[in-house]
Amino acid sequence: MNSETVKKIVLPLLVFMIIIQFWYEISNIVSGFPTPSETYKAAFGGINEDGETIKGVLSDPFYVNNQDDKGIFWQIIASLKRVFAGFVLAILVGIPVGLFVGMSKNAQYALNPFIQIFKPVSPLAWLPLLLFIFQDINMTAISTIFITSIWPIIINTALGVRSVSQDYMNVAKVLQFSPLEKIVQIILPVSVPYIFTGMRLSLGIAWLVIVAAEMLTGGIGIGFWIWDEYNNLNYHNIIIGIIVVGLIGFFLDIIMGKIADYFDYTKKGRA
Amino acid sequence: MNEKFLSLDNIEKRFKIQGHEDYIAVTNVNLEIKKNEIISIIGHSGCGKSTLLNMISGLDAQSEGHILLENKEVKGPGPERAVVFQNHSLLPWLSVYQNIEMAVKKVMPSLSSAELRERVEKFVSMVNLDHAKDKLPGEISGGMKQRVGIARALSIKPKVLLMDEPFGALDSLTRANLQEHLMRIQQSVKNTVIIITHDIDEAVLLSDRVIMMTNGPEATIGEILEVNLERPRNRVELQSDPEYIRCREAILSFLYEKFAKDD
Repeated sequence: MNSETVKKIVLPLLVFMIIIQFWYEISNIVSGFPTPSETYKAAFGGINEDGETIKGVLSDPFYVNNQDDKGIFWQIIASLKRVFAGFVLAILVGIPVGLFVGMSKNAQYALNPFIQIFKPVSPLAWLPLLLFIFQDINMTAISTIFITSIWPIIINTALGVRSVSQDYMNVAKVLQFSPLEKIVQIILPVSVPYIFTGMRLSLGIAWLVIVAAEMLTGGIGIGFWIWDEYNNLNYHNIIIGIIVVGLIGFFLDIIMGKIADYFDYTKKGRA
Repeated sequence: MNEKFLSLDNIEKRFKIQGHEDYIAVTNVNLEIKKNEIISIIGHSGCGKSTLLNMISGLDAQSEGHILLENKEVKGPGPERAVVFQNHSLLPWLSVYQNIEMAVKKVMPSLSSAELRERVEKFVSMVNLDHAKDKLPGEISGGMKQRVGIARALSIKPKVLLMDEPFGALDSLTRANLQEHLMRIQQSVKNTVIIITHDIDEAVLLSDRVIMMTNGPEATIGEILEVNLERPRNRVELQSDPEYIRCREAILSFLYEKFAKDD
């Protein structure tokens, strides 16, 4: 093992220990704040201070007591389903719109102000309006994700289209490519790395949004679960929820990155 | 034989500049090019030689005059006037083979898949790149990329091959190698070729006629030099050939005495 690898393992471990220490200090100061060991037991099971054996949130993730009381696995699955539904919708609409904005100066002039205005709007601002429109938890969560995660896809796709070199377009002109052939043979291959950057940002946003959206819509989902645990005074479960949300977001990003690299011609065939 | 193969008739190119009079880049260009003739257009930078080529290719439109190819007016770019770009312009996500295939497929859609493969492979072989046909442009040298560019341009059976400083970005040894490739190809497959260059030796070595451009603005054809050298030409033997020396001196004197440019 070289020293670089050792550093990559040891340094995060050090920071981890600092975080745990910091956490202990907070639980000393704030009364009722769960300690790391209590949280660990809540996550993986063990014997609590009353001497009872308890099942952990993460060691028993698949239980289903009733419609409103399901294990954390089902909460995560519910959230992921919404995230992917909203994300796929954002891709299906965002890429064509981005291509359009990137290829036509007029489209850019027409749409850019609205993209810039809607882009910074918080998902929480959209939520009440969408809830009013759909009157349905799933539809509201999905449409909120759609409307907040579509912007990076549009912006990055347009950026990718604009990055197409005039040289490639000259080749297309000499070969008399139709507009569709230009898109499929030249513009899309050049834009793919940009589109995936947009999709990666977008998926990150979608995963951020879902927690907030579910807190407000309720029902099922990791966001709802965290809020529900707050209402049940299970503060250690909130911390578990935060860690779980973070880990899933991290894995989603890694997967997206791998897919992006696969389609990125600049990362292929480099000797 | 119809002598009037490609003709430029009173070509002028003006560029609009906001708040100023139009900038006249090229004016009063008249030229007749015969079938299977190789001509070079040489001149200092800014003489509008690339502009001229772009108008023939149709990538740029002339402001005045007509360009006729086989008595048909040239309007816009098309595969019968294939271009070899200075920076090769290969699509970096396609292999050598696929870059040529893309062009052939588009221009000859009626080919069967076997005929398509045969044609693409023929042109890969023509530039001696069989060993590299599955490589991406990023994996091969600049000279090899330009060979692919030439193969791609020739594969679509153009009436005219337009080369915009095709070897300008290459080192002199690679350039010589590519000139040899071009001459060898031209011996077997006759083409009408227009080469933009700023290299005097290249112009004399490759061409039947050298078109010398005056300096811009309002650049035009200054002199036309006939190169009366037998083919195939050998660059080493040519060095002592009186005709070669005469041609070199004529171009040198045009570029550095009559139309010298200091920059």
